[in-house]
Amino acid sequence: MTGVVKRFGSVTALDGLDFDVAAGEVHGFLGPNGSGKSTTLRLLLGLLRSDAGSIRVLGLDPWRDVAALHRRLAYVPGDVALWPNLTGGEVIDLLGRLQGGQDRARRDRFLDLFELDPSKKARTYSKGNRQKVALVAALATDAELFLLDEPTSGLDPLMEDAFRGCVRELRGQGRTVVLSSHILSEAEALSDRVSIIRAGKVVETGPLEQLRHLTRTSVTADVAAVPPGLDLLPGVHDVVVTDHRVSAQVEPAGLGPFLHALTSVGLHALTSQPPTLEDLFLRHYGSGNDAGTGAGTAVGAVADSAVPRRSGDA
Amino acid sequence: MPETLAGTGVLIRLGLRRDRWLLPFWIAGFALVTYSTALAGTELYPDTASRVEAATALNATASMVALFGRIYDPTSIGALSLIKYTAFMTAILAVLMVILVIRHTRGDEESGRLELLGGGRLGRDAPLASALTISLGANVVLGLLAAAALAAGGLPAAGSLAFGLGWAATGMAFSAVAGLAAQLTASARAATGLSIGFIAVTYGLRAVGDLAEPGPSVLSWLSPIGWNQQIRAFAGDRWWVLALPVALCLVLVPAAFVLRAGRDLGAGLRAERPGPAAGSLSGVWDLAVRLQYRVLLAWAMAFVLFGVVIGSLVSNVGELLNSPNAQDLIRLLGGREALTDAFLAAEISIMGVLAAAYGVSAANHLRSEEAAGHTEALLGTATTRIRWASSHFMFALAGVAALLLLAGVSIGAGAAFAIGDAALVGRSTVAALAQVPAAWVVTSVALGVFGWAPRLAGAVWGFLLALVALGEFGVLWNAPEWLMDLSPFRHSPLLPVDSGGLPALAALTVAAAAVAALGYAGWRRRDLAA
Repeated sequence: MTGVVKRFGSVTALDGLDFDVAAGEVHGFLGPNGSGKSTTLRLLLGLLRSDAGSIRVLGLDPWRDVAALHRRLAYVPGDVALWPNLTGGEVIDLLGRLQGGQDRARRDRFLDLFELDPSKKARTYSKGNRQKVALVAALATDAELFLLDEPTSGLDPLMEDAFRGCVRELRGQGRTVVLSSHILSEAEALSDRVSIIRAGKVVETGPLEQLRHLTRTSVTADVAAVPPGLDLLPGVHDVVVTDHRVSAQVEPAGLGPFLHALTSVGLHALTSQPPTLEDLFLRHYGSGNDAGTGAGTAVGAVADSAVPRRSGDA
Repeated sequence: MPETLAGTGVLIRLGLRRDRWLLPFWIAGFALVTYSTALAGTELYPDTASRVEAATALNATASMVALFGRIYDPTSIGALSLIKYTAFMTAILAVLMVILVIRHTRGDEESGRLELLGGGRLGRDAPLASALTISLGANVVLGLLAAAALAAGGLPAAGSLAFGLGWAATGMAFSAVAGLAAQLTASARAATGLSIGFIAVTYGLRAVGDLAEPGPSVLSWLSPIGWNQQIRAFAGDRWWVLALPVALCLVLVPAAFVLRAGRDLGAGLRAERPGPAAGSLSGVWDLAVRLQYRVLLAWAMAFVLFGVVIGSLVSNVGELLNSPNAQDLIRLLGGREALTDAFLAAEISIMGVLAAAYGVSAANHLRSEEAAGHTEALLGTATTRIRWASSHFMFALAGVAALLLLAGVSIGAGAAFAIGDAALVGRSTVAALAQVPAAWVVTSVALGVFGWAPRLAGAVWGFLLALVALGEFGVLWNAPEWLMDLSPFRHSPLLPVDSGGLPALAALTVAAAAVAALGYAGWRRRDLAA
């Protein structure tokens, strides 16, 4: 999608969004609540109509070529609503048939994998179980493209692990997966590339390694003596000194001089943490300025509370 | 206040906030129609002689007695004017109160909203208590306003008050019924169905009871709607009868709270049983049928019962009036047979409106499915929008046609049995089927609203009510001709009286198709509303 704009009344949900996913990759689509993730996925499905920009999915226009396109993709909504009177098995089979057929053996395998009882009425399912119904229905199809909107938000850690196995299996088969999430570890563990959306715009996109240059390595060192002027070094932030322990956030370019300064005074122990996607998030959402121009929620505030915040990162 | 009632006040405010349009609209509507009726009555029957003649005629017509009840004081202008209001409008009031109570109790419980609130300081009994309080307030305001409207329309004050309090007490009795039903079933739809079924049964009981000679039999006294009639407002004002609905509330409300105390949040009386592990639904058509057939079956049963009853009353029509004037009138209309036909035509046109109401409720499944988020999952598959929308819309159209077919056959069968004329079955069936296009127009309007302004789906009911009100009061209100012509029902040929209405039927069908096409066009181009 290029330059996609989507307005709901006076609210601009997507504001010139560019988003590319290569065939055969697992693409993590990251952003806080209300940043426009679900809106983007719904546009890719033709459930919403864009106000500007162009969208192609598998070479087709999602607004016009609905049936042809949807036969080739599978979708799991972020908020799975089921008919209270139907059983999970009935819903899975219905969705499968509407999709153009599902593999019976795969269906049963995934039911086992996710430990889902298909004979229960949907009314009695928990949120996680409703999500499993939608996941099984999607995974059992033979789609080329899987659009999964926060697929693990209701799953317990064991089930999340099972789900990760499924995604890796899909990638092994050469299928394309778009996975929206605000859970960073999930995208980090699964994605070949990630795109980060904020307030209706993709602000970063690329392989994880490429994005890591944007972040700072967290370094903690035990030293014989604390060298003076550490906080004056370029690219070194948030220096905290307690007795003989130094911790700091260091940009890639500042790592060399910083370590040199430490070794010169006698280094006893060093731990460094590679930048996580949380750091990416903090850089993009935790900056404290008003980011609440997305789909109506206070983006900045949500990100602040969702992410363990390190001091002085503004 | 006991701990189980904690938070009732908050829920009452929340409920009033959610109903801030609905309740004033209903209440004002009831006050307005009572006022119109009071005015119309004095205009239509200016002197005692005309009142006695009309009241005697009504009391002698079994179909009228079954539908509306008896007039217990032929000289009373109030009792005559309000003949349609003591039972029929009371049943409508009862249905509205059922909707109100279920919406705030089982409806919120099923949707999970009460669970959300239950995390706060909210007692177990607060939802039911708040729903009943809101309904009590609505009933009292509605009753007093109706009483004031009647008095303002020129009717005696005491009778007006008796009538208004009757509505308030009866409305409250059915609120209590709904409050109890909400504890029994796990789904709001089933609870509503159960309560409305109860209303239908009580209506039927009093119909049979009122037909007994002389006056009401014990069956009428078994029915809360019968009680409302036995208050006999403007015809004796028997205040003590008001104690019956109040007593019913005093039994049902505690029973509902006892049932609530004995069950879990979200549970019905029966534990949910497991269903099939594999599904046989092969597509959206199957799904639409699965989601809708139960309701259609209930409507079909009601149509057949109602049809047979009113059909069998046709034999009384000829004996309607024995005064010379009336006999002249009958001769003028073409003899007794023509009068039978006129009666059938009138009944069948009522069935047409009822079938349209079914059409609207079935077509509005589109909106409720979309709002519930079910549509998103379906449209994520290879299903097109048109295909999905057609599944529910076509079910609605077919349901309307099926209901009217059943109505025609059962009215005809009842009539044929009563007067031994088998040909009536065919005539009444054709007449009922002639109502199909007009009902389709209304059904299509529901699709049109869904396509262009899905949030206004509920307003289609207002549209249908406006059509009915225009048909009933249009002339009285001096409504302009073009406005009354907007109603499709006005253009339905009244077979078996009319014949050769084919052009009108074709025009109505084309109009329905055009409105439906417009609706589809809107649905194709709009966003899916979450």
